[in-house]
Amino acid sequence: MTAETTSTRRPETLDRVVIRFAGDSGDGMQLAGDRFTDVSAAFGNDLATLPNFPAEIRAPAGTIAGVSSFQVHISDHDIVTPGDAPNVLVAMNPAALKANLQDMPPGSTLLVNEDSFEQRNLDKAGYQANPLEDGSLSAYRIVQVPMTSITQESTKDLGVKPRDAERSKNFFALGLLSWMYTRPIEPVIDWIDERFGSKPMVRDANLAAFKAGFHFGETAELFDHPWEVPPAQLPAGRYRNVTGNVALAYGLIAASQSSKLPIVYASYPITPASDILHELSRHKNFGVRTLQAEDEIAAIGVALGAAFAGHLGITATSGPGMDLKAETMGLAVNLELPLLIVDVQRGGPSTGLPTKTEQSDLLLAMYGRHGEAPLPVVAPRSPSNCFDTAFEAARIALKYRTPVIVLTDGYLANGAEPWLLPDVEALPDIGVPFADAPNHDGDFWPYLRDPETLARPWAIPGTPGLMHRIGGLEKQDGTGNVNYDPENHDHMVRIRAEKVARIVSDIPDVEVDDDGGRELLVLGWGSTWGSIQAAVRRVRAAGKQVAHAHLLHLNPLPSNLAGVLGNYRRVLVPEMNLGQLSRLVRAEYLVDAKSLNKVQGIPFRAATIEAKILEMLDA
Amino acid sequence: MPDEAVKLGRKDFQSDQEVRWCPGCGDYSILAAVQLLLPELDVKPENLVFVSGIGCAARFPYYMNVYGLHGIHGRAPAIATGITLARPDLDVWVVTGDGDALSIGGNHLIHSLRRNVNFTMLLFNNQIYGLTKGQYSPTSEVGKVTKSTPFGSIDHPFNPLSLALGAEATFVARTHDMDRKHMTETFRRAHAHRGSSFVEVYQNCNVFNDGAFAAVTAKEARASMLIDLKHGEPIRFGADGEQGVVLNDRGEIEVVAVAQVGEDRLLVHDEHRQDPSLAFALSRLADTPTVPTPVGVFRDVERPIYEGEVQRQLVGASEQRGPGDLAALIGSGATWEVA
Repeated sequence: MTAETTSTRRPETLDRVVIRFAGDSGDGMQLAGDRFTDVSAAFGNDLATLPNFPAEIRAPAGTIAGVSSFQVHISDHDIVTPGDAPNVLVAMNPAALKANLQDMPPGSTLLVNEDSFEQRNLDKAGYQANPLEDGSLSAYRIVQVPMTSITQESTKDLGVKPRDAERSKNFFALGLLSWMYTRPIEPVIDWIDERFGSKPMVRDANLAAFKAGFHFGETAELFDHPWEVPPAQLPAGRYRNVTGNVALAYGLIAASQSSKLPIVYASYPITPASDILHELSRHKNFGVRTLQAEDEIAAIGVALGAAFAGHLGITATSGPGMDLKAETMGLAVNLELPLLIVDVQRGGPSTGLPTKTEQSDLLLAMYGRHGEAPLPVVAPRSPSNCFDTAFEAARIALKYRTPVIVLTDGYLANGAEPWLLPDVEALPDIGVPFADAPNHDGDFWPYLRDPETLARPWAIPGTPGLMHRIGGLEKQDGTGNVNYDPENHDHMVRIRAEKVARIVSDIPDVEVDDDGGRELLVLGWGSTWGSIQAAVRRVRAAGKQVAHAHLLHLNPLPSNLAGVLGNYRRVLVPEMNLGQLSRLVRAEYLVDAKSLNKVQGIPFRAATIEAKILEMLDA
Repeated sequence: MPDEAVKLGRKDFQSDQEVRWCPGCGDYSILAAVQLLLPELDVKPENLVFVSGIGCAARFPYYMNVYGLHGIHGRAPAIATGITLARPDLDVWVVTGDGDALSIGGNHLIHSLRRNVNFTMLLFNNQIYGLTKGQYSPTSEVGKVTKSTPFGSIDHPFNPLSLALGAEATFVARTHDMDRKHMTETFRRAHAHRGSSFVEVYQNCNVFNDGAFAAVTAKEARASMLIDLKHGEPIRFGADGEQGVVLNDRGEIEVVAVAQVGEDRLLVHDEHRQDPSLAFALSRLADTPTVPTPVGVFRDVERPIYEGEVQRQLVGASEQRGPGDLAALIGSGATWEVA
């Protein structure tokens, strides 16, 4: 650190802190949060983030509807959630304060931009009186900073117009937070230099505002001292910060490299899946072909066509896009071709909550097609785990020639965490051979199956002597010829189900985080992993026993799950839906699983699950 | 597998599956025309892929001894696009019908045409839903009485060629199932075109819409009712070429008696005009197959093909940044080491 970044007062050490940046959609809160996160990641903290923004790009300024926030949890130890309750709220305007105050525990710090607390903004936020003056915030530590005017003052000499200067106030806030939590400032300065290099006026204004914020913390004596959160002791290795969508895109590229099959990725823009398309479209030197299709149906059709031609066909979507893809998924089940469908779940039904998270597509993934159309389903548990899960989905799809659904969600997609970079040399080879010769008395039978996996041969166009026709009509097993025979249809329905069921012998057992207690098992899937794990740790810290199992494979379910469920007196299934895994588990294993359901568009608070666990343990 | 030196024949392109269209269906003659044409083209059977959706026409791939994918209703252009993205070297054909391409698959049709995906599309237009037993289609004439329109249909129909031209198609043609030679030559031209080739085939459904095109395609009607477009030649028809097509003062196309206006005024057909306006005007000459109807190639222009541009970007990215390095990719951006 240079001299100017070193505080003159000794910082107090914290083991963790949760900060929420909140402001208007146009205030740059996501950017400020992202920068704080990246700096903290590089500093060596463990962290988890929770971006939360409205579906409208710019809802009317100053209103509750337009509030955008970014929560980041940094720590000196292993953490798994973005934190239940912020220690600090940065509120850039009255609406941001009002929209977030309910999440702030008494005694926490409210760092507000006092310039924005004038009548017009108070009215827009629906405040009858100025909360900074009427005593209603007495339970909190309120720190008022005239962020707008200091930002304008600090950029005055640059020739920036006051209205433009105001737009740098997110960097002022970032600078102030950087002082408060003893963050190195060089990475932000470098980032501003690079990002805004082509617009010197904007660059200089942002730099001036950022430094002004840092110096303000140092000189204004708002706090007795800054704080520091030392680096976490994470497993050794090289790390980077990664969001779920980026990790997933990398996992797909890894699968492509490992299988030596180029990616054909087709999708239609939809929140929050679009970032996967954005990421993949940048990596054409990996042979990645991307196509922004005319609709969701075309997107999966293109991916399926590519699979027929021998490439790794992939599509992704969210919310209503899944409904539209159902018909083609059924065709893929019937054609028995490898195909990946990524569903970044969001709040439904219909358009629902486009930017918020939910886990309500599990039963859709399992059963949402006409006819008997089973397919494997996998779900990552954390942002970085999206890499491994995408790879696993591709492995299953290729080996068994089946469509596979990957269920991520809005929280995983946009949330970030440090990622211990995998050794890519150690990734297994998931390539499968194409058929290259006749397989039945000199003829080629496209549905003559591998006796073990039941996978059919993958003979791609361009291969001499293996010309064949496949389609959505029922076909005779073996020859693949169209066939309406009753016995054959019954056989084909069963064998397609059997093929998926047999994958159970090729997936790992579900691991149980077991402390010896036999009273309660918490069973989860997907992004609730962090919240459940945090709750379980708290319960154990309080001296009680509880186990946690988390499913990455949802179809087929791991073979040891029945035994695991039988080891505990009671089973609790927390889900961001009205009870979909619990329904599957009850139906499959006749277990009286209890549901804990919350469908609010935000991840579970660990405290909510903790309370339920304690209630069940005490019952 | 036939030896390279052995000349392929019609039989080499026939699959072992029994053809199951209704006896007398126009689809038989189209299938025959394609199977007779393919041996004349310089293509290997293993490089041919026929893709279809749903409908009577969509059964076509099952009868071809090449690679085939019988997909779902309307989606053949999307599936074919995926095949060409993966394997630009393949020779991809799409076989579709008026319901498949113009109703349920309308979106995929127009977007594949504007992208100029390199495939040959044969649209069998019989102006009726056959496989579902006789409902009106998007090309049925207004007032058509069918099972679903007992009081006559009130939907205004599409003109398939106008739609294709409006969708920026680079090759647009029309032929009919009663003239094997005309079909063969039109398909040959469509196949030779690089990019999306769109061919409307007037096809008789003898069960649900018999004789829909008889007024123009019956042998005795053809001379006076079909306007055979020929590149570089004045557009005229009739037994002795006594009728012709001119551009009138209002900028519209109309049919005239050649004797009245003189040969010099006749419109000379130019398939290669970049501007599609004249081709569009020609497509509007016949809204229903009851008036003189142009057939042949309306438009044949060059534009980069979609999968070619995709390949160009892939090659460009590899030249600029080198082949993909996975370890470098995942380790990009800010990283840090934990000891």
